[in-house]
Amino acid sequence: MPSLTATRPPAASAPPSRRAPRRRRPKPFATGHRTVLSPHQLNSPWGRRIYWTVLVSTVMLFTAVFVFPLYWMVTGAMKTGEEFARIPPTFVPSSVSFDSYRQAWTMMNLDRFLLNTLQYAAGAWAFTMAFDVAAAYALSKLRPRFGNVILMGMLATLMIPPTVILLPAYLTVKDVPIVRLDLLNTPWAIWLPAVANGFNIFLLKRFFDAIPTALLEAAQVDGASPLRILWSIVLPVSRPILGVVSIFTVVNVWRDFAWPLLVLQDPEKMTISVGIASLRANMPQTTMTAALVIASIPTIVVFFLFQRHIMAGLTAGGLKG
Amino acid sequence: MTVSHGGRLRPAGAPRRRLGLAVRRNLTAYGFLSGALICFAFFSWYPMAREVVLSFQKNNFVDPPQWVGLDNIRTVVQDPAFWPAWRNTAMFTLLALLCGYVVPFAIALVLNELRHARGYLRFVVYLPVMLPPAVSVLLFKWFYDPGPGLFNQLLNLVHLPGLSWLDSRDTALISLVIVSTWMNLGTGTLIYLAALQTVPGELYEAAELDGAGTLRRIWHVTIPQTRLILLVMLLLQIIATMQVFIEPYLLTGGGPEDATLSVVYLMYQYAFDYQDFGGGSALGLMLMIVLIVFSAAYLRVSRNVT
Repeated sequence: MPSLTATRPPAASAPPSRRAPRRRRPKPFATGHRTVLSPHQLNSPWGRRIYWTVLVSTVMLFTAVFVFPLYWMVTGAMKTGEEFARIPPTFVPSSVSFDSYRQAWTMMNLDRFLLNTLQYAAGAWAFTMAFDVAAAYALSKLRPRFGNVILMGMLATLMIPPTVILLPAYLTVKDVPIVRLDLLNTPWAIWLPAVANGFNIFLLKRFFDAIPTALLEAAQVDGASPLRILWSIVLPVSRPILGVVSIFTVVNVWRDFAWPLLVLQDPEKMTISVGIASLRANMPQTTMTAALVIASIPTIVVFFLFQRHIMAGLTAGGLKG
Repeated sequence: MTVSHGGRLRPAGAPRRRLGLAVRRNLTAYGFLSGALICFAFFSWYPMAREVVLSFQKNNFVDPPQWVGLDNIRTVVQDPAFWPAWRNTAMFTLLALLCGYVVPFAIALVLNELRHARGYLRFVVYLPVMLPPAVSVLLFKWFYDPGPGLFNQLLNLVHLPGLSWLDSRDTALISLVIVSTWMNLGTGTLIYLAALQTVPGELYEAAELDGAGTLRRIWHVTIPQTRLILLVMLLLQIIATMQVFIEPYLLTGGGPEDATLSVVYLMYQYAFDYQDFGGGSALGLMLMIVLIVFSAAYLRVSRNVT
């Protein structure tokens, strides 16, 4: 076990070698933020042994549980059909072939699905940014009559998860009251319901509330209109929360399954998740696996790029319903 | 020139002009609100009201709807799939809590003590959360394949007999719990980790001076200090897992013999397989009432946290 040899003195039977260094005094652990274990506990010989054992086994366990399935997916799709079905399986593909990926791309309409999803996510983001930011600004700074009632109504939707109103929401989108429009199989079916998100309103309003009113009043004295104040003063200082809301909105559209399954049933309009799922019975498993890899690339890339923001947003808005 | 009234942007003017200004201010504000108001009205408030209405109507969307009182609810309750669906949902929630609630906290406790590889471990534990759920679920469908699937091959490797995973009544539900835990674990872990970092170090030092060992420090310092976030996450997880749909929909179709049928999936079946939106809405309404109880508790608690 490498964890033990790290601090173990050279075995007595080992031939003494001039070059072998004497046991180095281990560097003490940094005492940054105090946690459950005391620095004293950690720096004792047994503490170090246990620490390294736990560290190495945690790293190995996490890699096996969270990374290995992804490795299995990516390499599985590189195998030929024969090798793919072999028992016992090969852990490294004997030859790398991208045929399954090519097949998935051409046979499963993946480019269409990906473009659709991109379109839905971009539109949902744009509408959320425009409508929810304006609404939160109005509720926080302009404070119209009955503003509190409206705010309560919007926050009350937090208590009712979208899944339980799936059917009436579907019927609404199928035949929007008053205007009598059928939004099924149109991007509007994703874009507009995405705006009706009480959590966005909550996050944005809470942030805007913290912006000192005096700052805005000064601008108002100088003759700035509310729109101009929102654009030139409020938005620039609200970048962190706008980032959090943007990421939530885009990721939600990308991950959502039940809603697009109902409202976008036309194979030409499906999202990537629903599209792949709809073909699950007709595709060979190798092609299917390749499609899964392709479907996960966009979100993994986003995660690599915005990892810090996503994790910060998670804890900022971590109490999400 | 301006006075602040409860934080409002309101220019002070002569009393006569003030009325006109107030109207204009309100109009501007409602202009800003209009987009979100329309979306909330159509896609959130109206469907909520409609769910209640639909539950008590017979409606085929061709003839005018008829009020049928409790008929829809009676139909649904007498459906032989009704109680299995609720039992499975409750069982799924319970098992998902055992795995998905205790494990992330334990992981966060360990990660918080580690001084190396923190970035890697946090990245890796959150990786599955970033996959679209449909991808994770379909990936596990392949792993669960009794023949060449990964899980049975791993069992073979250590000379254990393979399981039939999704095809057996005994293991189907737990198989769903495993997928669900795998793909959702990261969120809880990172939230707990953030909460653990807010625990003041002096408390641990004080506890140590009082002779508390490691476990007692966790029990008497860490858990009390993070209990609100623990409670909030408990409620959130109950709310989230009671809506389980994608796992049975993609993995088992509710089978074998209703062993994995969930309430939301039954609701979906009523609407889109039996074309009975009344029955589906009645199920949705029941679930809504159950979840509102948990949601109300969540909102009460989370107000104290944030």
